[in-house]
This record gives sequence, C-alpha cells and structure tokens, in this order.
Amino acid sequence: MKNRKSNLSGSNLSFRSPIIKRKEFIQIGSLATASMMLPKFLKAFESKALVPGGNKVVVVLQLSGGNDGLNTVIPVRNDIYYRLRPSLSIRKGQTAQLTDEVSLHPSLAAFKALYDEGNLAILNNVGYPNPDRSHFRSMDIWHSASQSSEYWNTGWIGRYLDAQCNGCARPTQALEIDDVLSLALKGEQNNAIAVQNPQRLYGTANEKYFKDILKNHHDEHHDEQPVEYLYKTMAQTLSSADYIFKESRLHPTGATYPNTELGAGLKTIASLIFSDINTKVYYISLGSFDTHVGQDNQQSRLFTQMNDAVKAFTDDLKKNGRMDDVLLFTFSEFGRRVAQNASNGTDHGTANNMFLISGGLKKKGVLNAMPDLSDLNEGDLKYKIDFKDVYATILNKWLSADAKKILGAKYSMLDFI
Amino acid sequence: MPVTNQVKNQHLLWRAGFGPAVEQLGEISKYTPAQYYKAIVKASDKRPKYINVAGEDLVNMYEGLMDAGRRAKLTADDRRELGRRQREAVRDLNIYWLKEMVASPAQLREKMAFFWHGHFASRNQNIFYNQLLLQVIRENALSDFGTLLKEVSRSASMLYFLNNQQNRKGRPNENFAREVMELFTLGRGNYTENDIKEAARAFTGWTANARGEFVFRKNFHDEDDKTFFGKKGNFDGDDILKMILKNKQTAKYITQKIYRFFVNDNVDEKITADLAERFYKSDYDISRLMEGIFTSDWFYSEKNIGAKIKSPIELLAGIQRMVPMKLDNDNALMQLQKLLGQQLLYPPNVAGWPGGKSWIDSSSLMTRMRIPQMFTDRDELNLTPKQDDDQMMGRKNDGTASVPVGKKKNAYAINAKIEWPQYISKYEGVKRDDLISSIKQNLLQVNTPGLENALGKTVDASSREAYIKTVTVQLMSTPEYQLC
Repeated sequence: MKNRKSNLSGSNLSFRSPIIKRKEFIQIGSLATASMMLPKFLKAFESKALVPGGNKVVVVLQLSGGNDGLNTVIPVRNDIYYRLRPSLSIRKGQTAQLTDEVSLHPSLAAFKALYDEGNLAILNNVGYPNPDRSHFRSMDIWHSASQSSEYWNTGWIGRYLDAQCNGCARPTQALEIDDVLSLALKGEQNNAIAVQNPQRLYGTANEKYFKDILKNHHDEHHDEQPVEYLYKTMAQTLSSADYIFKESRLHPTGATYPNTELGAGLKTIASLIFSDINTKVYYISLGSFDTHVGQDNQQSRLFTQMNDAVKAFTDDLKKNGRMDDVLLFTFSEFGRRVAQNASNGTDHGTANNMFLISGGLKKKGVLNAMPDLSDLNEGDLKYKIDFKDVYATILNKWLSADAKKILGAKYSMLDFI
Repeated sequence: MPVTNQVKNQHLLWRAGFGPAVEQLGEISKYTPAQYYKAIVKASDKRPKYINVAGEDLVNMYEGLMDAGRRAKLTADDRRELGRRQREAVRDLNIYWLKEMVASPAQLREKMAFFWHGHFASRNQNIFYNQLLLQVIRENALSDFGTLLKEVSRSASMLYFLNNQQNRKGRPNENFAREVMELFTLGRGNYTENDIKEAARAFTGWTANARGEFVFRKNFHDEDDKTFFGKKGNFDGDDILKMILKNKQTAKYITQKIYRFFVNDNVDEKITADLAERFYKSDYDISRLMEGIFTSDWFYSEKNIGAKIKSPIELLAGIQRMVPMKLDNDNALMQLQKLLGQQLLYPPNVAGWPGGKSWIDSSSLMTRMRIPQMFTDRDELNLTPKQDDDQMMGRKNDGTASVPVGKKKNAYAINAKIEWPQYISKYEGVKRDDLISSIKQNLLQVNTPGLENALGKTVDASSREAYIKTVTVQLMSTPEYQLC
C-alpha cells in the first residue's frame, strides 16, 4: 500500500505532546444554561408538558442475531422437534415448564415466574411474508416495518416520534440505550437520542467548545438550509443530554441490577421511568444470538443475562408500582431452522416467538398455537402473525397513537392489551 | 461568502473528488474552475490498477474450494477459516480503497466510482467477487453507462447478491430483474409488474462461477417468447438491458441521481431534463455528463456551494487529505465508518446509502465533531459500534481494537501521527491576525458569522505552530465542516 508521505514516521510529532489536555478542555456547564442556548425557533416549545406518572411506556428488547425460538419456548411433547434436533433439543425435565406442552429454556426461570404471576404472554409464529435470511436486511424490515420488497429509510418508532415531536425542543419521547442510533428510531423529521450512559453523553455535550459554537451561532430562520439543520440537531442533542442526565438523577433506582450491559441499561431505563421524563419508548439490544456453532453455551449465557436483568427490572417496577404501566417486549430479526446443523448449532430461519411482559396485559400466557412442525416451508416455520400487527396493537392501544399513519397501512389489532 | 475562484475550486474539489489536499493549498485560487477541471480530468484518464489484497495462501485456500478433489477434503474448520480470512480481506480492501480516495491523484475517477458503488450497491463476503466488481466500477466509472450496466449485471457479486443463480426456467427468481429496473436504471413506477416477470425470464441462466466469471447456463434459460415493454420476442438478458437503455427514462433517472449526489439534494427539474437529454444523445457518455455539470455556471451558484452534507467516507477522506496522517491501527477507520453509518463494500441494502439528512442524528453528529479531536489525541474513541451478525457470525466482536487507554473499558486512543510540518508551512506568509480567516477559508464552504468567537480560549496561542494546529482542529469540529 502506498503512502503519500515518505517521511511520515520521521516527522516532527510535537503535537503529540499534549497541548490542551481533555480534562482542562472540558468545563461542565450548569444545567440552567442549556435551554438558554436553544435557537429561538425551538425555544417556544421548551416548556411542553411532561408525561405524568402512570403513563404507558414501552421497552423494546431486541435479541440481535436471530434467536432460536424453538429452544426458547420449547414444544416439549413434539416428536418432530426431538427428531430434528438430536443433540440440541432440551429435555422436558430440564426446562422451566409452563404447561404440559410448553416449557421455557432452563435459563429463563424468572420468565416462568412472570408467567405464573400473569405478567407474561407469548406470541408464537410471528414473522412476515417473503422472509429474508440476511441479518441486516431482515432487521431493516423489522425496524422500518416495510414489506420485504421495499426499502424504507425511517423506522416505526422514528415515525411515532415524528407524530409526538412536531416542532418540539427535544426528541426524547424515544431513547435508545446505545452509542449508535438504530434505524427503528429514525424518523422523517426527528431522530431519537441514543444514550448508552446519561452521564457520559452529558459530558460530551458539555464540552465547552461545543457550547460556545452553539452560543455564537445566530440562526437566521433558514431552517431548510443544511447548516441550520445541523445546528438544530446539535441544539437538540445538547438540550436532550442535559435533560436526560438531570432526569436520570431525579429518582435513581436504588435496586441492585446484574453487572452486565443489559443490567446497566435496564437500570438506566428504570431510573428514567421513575422520573418525570417524557420518554414513551425505550430501546435496548442484547446479542449475539447468531448460534451457528455450539448454540447451547451461547444461548444459555445470553439468556442468563436476559433473565437476571429482566428479573431485576420487573422487581424494581413492581416495588415502585409501575409494573402495570410498562410493556416490555422482545423480538429477533428471524428465528432459526427447525433442524439443527452439523456444528451443534442452527442456521437462519424465519418465524419466531415474542415475549410480552407487563402487569397490564389483557391476555396472558401462551396466546396462540405452538409452531406446526409438520407444516414447514423448506425446513422453516411458516409465520401466522405479521409482526406489524403487534406494532399496530402497541401503537394504538398502548401508546394511543395513529398506527395506520405511522405504519403506512392498516394492520390487524391483537387483543393482548 | 463572495464566490471567488478559491471557493469555486474548493467546491469543485469537494464534489469531483474528496476535497482539497494540503499540497493544493495556495494554488487553489490561482486558476479558474475551467482550468482546474481540465487538470482534474487529466489526472483521472489512466486505467486504474486492479486492487488485490488477497495473499497467496488465501488464493490457495480458495482454489481448494474450486477443485472437486481438494474440496472433498475440506473440514468444517477449514471452511470457517476460509470465511474468516475472506472477511478480513474484505476489510483490507475497504481500507485500501479508502486510502486511494485520500491519496490518489485520480480524484474524479475514485469519486465517480464511489457514486457507482452506492448506486450498484452489493454486499458479498467473497473477497474475489468484491475485488472484481470494484474493478468494473473503477474502470468504467467515467466510460459509458451502457457498458457499466452490462458489466455490473454480469458480475458474480451482483448476480449472487440478487439471487440470480436461482433464476431458472420454470421457477424464476425475480429479484435481479426487479432491482435492475427499480434501482439501477428506470426507477419505480416506470415499468409494470409484468415487465419484471418477463425480464426475469430473460435473465434465466445468468450466473457466475467460483472464479467470478460470468456463465450463461443454456439449459436453465427460458427460450420461449417474452413480452417486454410491449414488444414480443425471444429476448435474453442483453436484449432486456438494451431495451432499458433505449428508454429515455433511464437517462433521466441516472441524471437526477447524479445531480443529487454531485450538486444538490434538491433536484432542479429543468437542468436535469436538459442534462438527461444530452446524456441520452451521447449514448450515455458519463465523462461528458460530468463535464456538463462541472463546467456549468449553475454548478458554481451560491445555493449549491456548501449545500451537501458530507457522507462519512467523504468526511474521513477529506480530513486526511488536508492533514495527512498515519494511524497505528487502521481498524480505527473501520470503527469510525461503522459508528457513522457508512462502511465501504457494505451498503445497507441494494438501494445503497440514502444520504442527505439521513447521515445526521444526535449520535452521529457528535461523533463527527469529535473525530478531529480523536485524531489529535484530545479525545478518545469510547463508542461501540453496533454488532453486525452478517460479518461477525455470532462472535461478540470482530477481533479488532485500537489502543486501550489506561484501564477504561471501551475507550481507545486512535494514535494518529499527523504530518503537520507541510500543512503549517502553507501558512508561512500569513499574518497572525489573518490566520483564522485564512484557515477558515481553506476548510469551510459555509461561512457563518460568529464562528470565530467560539474558538476563543479553546485554541492554543502559545506558539504560531500550536495556534495553526488548534485552529484547524477546532474548525474541523464544527457543524459547518460537515458540509461541502
């Protein structure tokens, strides 16, 4: 590979001796100044009403990589399951048993407890027509809620946000606990905020230089110009970072969460739910469930993380009287093939199950029939419920939003809430 | 900002390439855009060298797949290792091409290839298919669109990405035919569903072998009559492509897309209609189309200057062209591509990167503004890109990392060694009081008053050198620098 400069290695590197160390460079500004720096066109919206406690909140838990649904919700009386998975199937006695027919993966004891309390529902055979087996593409389809033949650049939560945050100062109605924002949370007009750690985001946003740039910028109401769009995004980010950080410290949960990324993330979410923040949708991911090889270990390890974090989270919600207000659901971009492969793993499949967890469920337990393993499409499950029906139901019934407008089509309403 | 020759030429360098390079500082204002464009075209007239990043043992392993005797002996571990090595090579190809964008004098060719790479978007884990398609695109970037379309349509990378190996007589797979029309040529709404069905039949039997060579499998080809665009005949794939090119809508669709990419996200209907007409009449001569754009008056009008949001690749290449640097670990460039949402050779889907405002959200904007700080050690890379299961195959990370900072989790110093002396020497004749405005002119295409005031105490005035460096880094860490 060629280098443009031949003397690079021998160059004078005086700049590498620190000129201004980052610590000196950062000056944490006070919270009060944040709103003063909003551009004028946003200021008018600064004091929008907060969402009062008791309001409905959704937590989306994405299982990235394609979780194997058949070893999650296990058809323990199905001979085909045991025949097609000679070494991967999970024996009835080793599982968290729900009914005669249905058991959960042994690592999901807390999910069984939620089932026993009536706080858990399972939706089987969720998918979409003409399924795609590429992780990225199938995830895109779940995020955008498009048909598999369409390519959309916005996500279903992003478009929900557009409806909620029409000219609002901060797009905090939806938050992703991550460093990078997913397509699901990108709208036409607004993008949600990605925040792995409220304190760190606050630190970044409070870089003195960034605040100074914003303070010295005089917008000329040319919102349509790209530079004004960038300044608007920057102002929203700085304002949101302050707001989220402040709210996260208002009623921080005292509960103990497992020391995992998911545990920390759900702890942040709980603290925000207990605050006055206007966030209605939280988004968080766990992975990778792409278990082509040695599935048992990998899935058990991840399920243990999920089980322990969700247990801490739901215990916390119950203790604070918010279990009925929060709906947590899981999804994965696809399920896996019914038959195991030669490496004690499974390959990419199609339809899958979803967990729905809340104290406010109208229908509980196993909501529909287990997968029909005698009726496969080239070795893969056939979907029975379009995932967009689930979205539409949650948007309409839980978030009181216009699902048809957000999803671009009318989907069937389900009755679990 | 008055539209001086300097502004115009910088505009040209950002759009017809990846921005002004440090060597060009000082000369930019001396020429007219017409003179400058001539030089740019000349620098791109050579046939590009084939990029090969696959080492001999990878080639040897891969050949083991092609030989039936050797293939039978491959274990599952061998195959996994081959997959791993290929993915690694695709990463190497990504970095190699990014460095070409930074350092190659053939800026127009690489920029054009970058456009076609997003237009003919394909994802493939086979390094050889990737290399072959990249060569097709770089070689034909400035030739004629008909040849480019034909070569891409016959590439292993695209045929496999769009499942045409499954497209056979009696059980057609329409994916390839659909995307050729919807995304590569006509655009949605300019054909019927029946046209797609019939075109798919014409493409039956088009596939490629393991060497990446086009193969026509006659026994899979549908020899019966097809009806396409109202005409009936025993068409094959080449006939369909010709008929698509004969349709003026193709010229219109391509011209508008080029206008959005090179000029302005908001299409000027009249201008693009004119351009399309000429493009069509020239038999889709890409060089002439680009000349028509880059030598027009309207291209240099104020509303087009600084009107585009740089894509992540344009941003990363542009910084490195102005302040050349060497990284301890090139994987930092991969991490940044992932964090900002644009990875070469890895478009989100066959529709390519949507571009424009979609590059910007709160996280990507803050990351963009921190990158110049990271390159100069004033900030660290403490962000984690999303996992990518198509590439990582279930592993927790892709095994790449930069240099850890202390004991902090997930925090890395990029450790870039910047070649400052040449850059600083370009400001030799500039008076101290004029430095900020001079640097600003060289770096920014958007002039927002007041920005100088923000520099204030964050710049280091202890020496002239330190001053130039910090003003440069700070001006690159602005919303304005995201635009070109």
